[in-house]
Amino acid sequence: MKDVTQVNKPAKRLNGEAGHHSLKIKKTTWLSMPYLLWMAGFIILPLILIVYYGITTEDGAATIKNLLLISDPINRRALLLALELSLISTIICLLLAYPLALILNKIKMKSNSFIVMIIILPMWMNFLLRTIAWQNILERTGVLNKLLSFLGIGPLNIINTPGAIILGMVYNFLPFMVLPIYNVLIKIDRDIINAARDLGANSMQTFIKIILPLSLPGIISGITMVFVPALTTFVISTILGGSKIVLIGNVIEQQFRLGNRNEGSGLSLVLMIFILISMAIVSKYDKESEGSSIW
Amino acid sequence: MVKRLFERFYVAIILLFLYAPILILIVLSFNSSKSRSKWGGFTLHWYQELFKNEEIMNALYTTLIIALLSALIATIIGTAAAIAINGMKKTPRTILMAITNIPMLNADIVTGISLMLVFIAMRFALGFVSVLIAHITFNIPYVILSVMPKLKQLNPHTFEAALDLGASPSYAFFKVILPDIFPGVISGFFLAFTMSLDDFVITHFTKAPGINTLSTKIYTEVRKGIKPEIYALSTLMFITVLLLLIFINRRSADKKPAVKRPGSNPGMADKRI
Repeated sequence: MKDVTQVNKPAKRLNGEAGHHSLKIKKTTWLSMPYLLWMAGFIILPLILIVYYGITTEDGAATIKNLLLISDPINRRALLLALELSLISTIICLLLAYPLALILNKIKMKSNSFIVMIIILPMWMNFLLRTIAWQNILERTGVLNKLLSFLGIGPLNIINTPGAIILGMVYNFLPFMVLPIYNVLIKIDRDIINAARDLGANSMQTFIKIILPLSLPGIISGITMVFVPALTTFVISTILGGSKIVLIGNVIEQQFRLGNRNEGSGLSLVLMIFILISMAIVSKYDKESEGSSIW
Repeated sequence: MVKRLFERFYVAIILLFLYAPILILIVLSFNSSKSRSKWGGFTLHWYQELFKNEEIMNALYTTLIIALLSALIATIIGTAAAIAINGMKKTPRTILMAITNIPMLNADIVTGISLMLVFIAMRFALGFVSVLIAHITFNIPYVILSVMPKLKQLNPHTFEAALDLGASPSYAFFKVILPDIFPGVISGFFLAFTMSLDDFVITHFTKAPGINTLSTKIYTEVRKGIKPEIYALSTLMFITVLLLLIFINRRSADKKPAVKRPGSNPGMADKRI
């Protein structure tokens, strides 16, 4: 590897200015080799395999039977319920996260890494455990119902309902909505906002005309980072939904647990199509396609 | 005044929401009753039991080793890749970045399943190595996305100046480029480490029955009830990280008392670049 760069060195002198750019490329391209091989083996090949298994039978004959499994009433209901719950959770996350990000942006902190830290810190407690802890809070004899009965409000049935799953989704994925929005907000130039105010815009107009459009990239990446994991979860529904509520993630996990590789892959393909559709819808509103503002 | 009070109240409510389950878990770790829903009095028993419990200790060991190794390997591969991608022309760069985004945007369940299919198709036995490979795979994008912004801020001429002054490319890399992008490399490493530590779904699909990380161990216990030792362990881990972060925060706050918030004056920042 080193030899290649050595050989290139005289070429630089010969090509002079014209060779400047291509030289830069030749010199570092080999550094991407390990990653290129890794990508081919563990990102591209897996996707090809899931498509292959999804459209073949166990004997290797082509079929669309696995894809059509989604029209089975149980599977279809699982998909629709997952879509509904994840959509509701995403909207709630956005409604909770945006004001929070605005306030955090306003509070003058010594360093903004402190705010990011507070939001990320819960993730250091295992997410399964945190979700299990919600069982403690939500169950009939749980913390919440004890508090409510203290106030004279009868015990609420929350655990093992779709509502509990939504709560679990909002809880687990809220940081993924807050951080991208916050990261965009802190980068907005104060001078732009001051200029708007100087030109006579009231705070509502400033928000709608300046802050909201400028924070759109953060909202977009927040939405994708909440919606996709919520749509495909099987853990939250297992822990907070009991055994009766089945989401599409549970169906796929079960297929693989039973060893039905082809059926599971077929359903995963359908799920991926839904993910792609939702991303296409979202990216339509995303004007800045260099989505590097995830963190 | 009222508005500010309301804002503080709102932040407090959200923080309560985020931290309530953690409080519950910490309380449970001191609960002498084995049942999750009954308070049986204060005890430190589970903290003693924890270190005697070989299964949990093994799971902890596996979790930490996989997190450390996968973060380290991902940091090396990812940093090298980021440097190469940064030097590429627009089209290959866009394609590579698009592929890099796949594991981040794709559902964990699909990533886990598809990796499992590869291991099975290649007749590669599932176990420690397959989990490690899976973790490296989903960690690399975090490293690349952390290093990339630092590379974009680099002055391309310093590297060339070093070469013109007679430095070998590798010497120039370690002396000129690496120090500048190091904060990005470090944050990529920690991000990868955290992601690996917290992962359940991808590990679930790429592991064999014999091997467990903390997440998969906890999942097998969801139905029959979590062992209180696990609460004790996660409390210890949480407190450790909390103290570590407070320490780091204090130190960096001491070092530069007047930290300018990024973006508070972007004009200046641009000129510095």
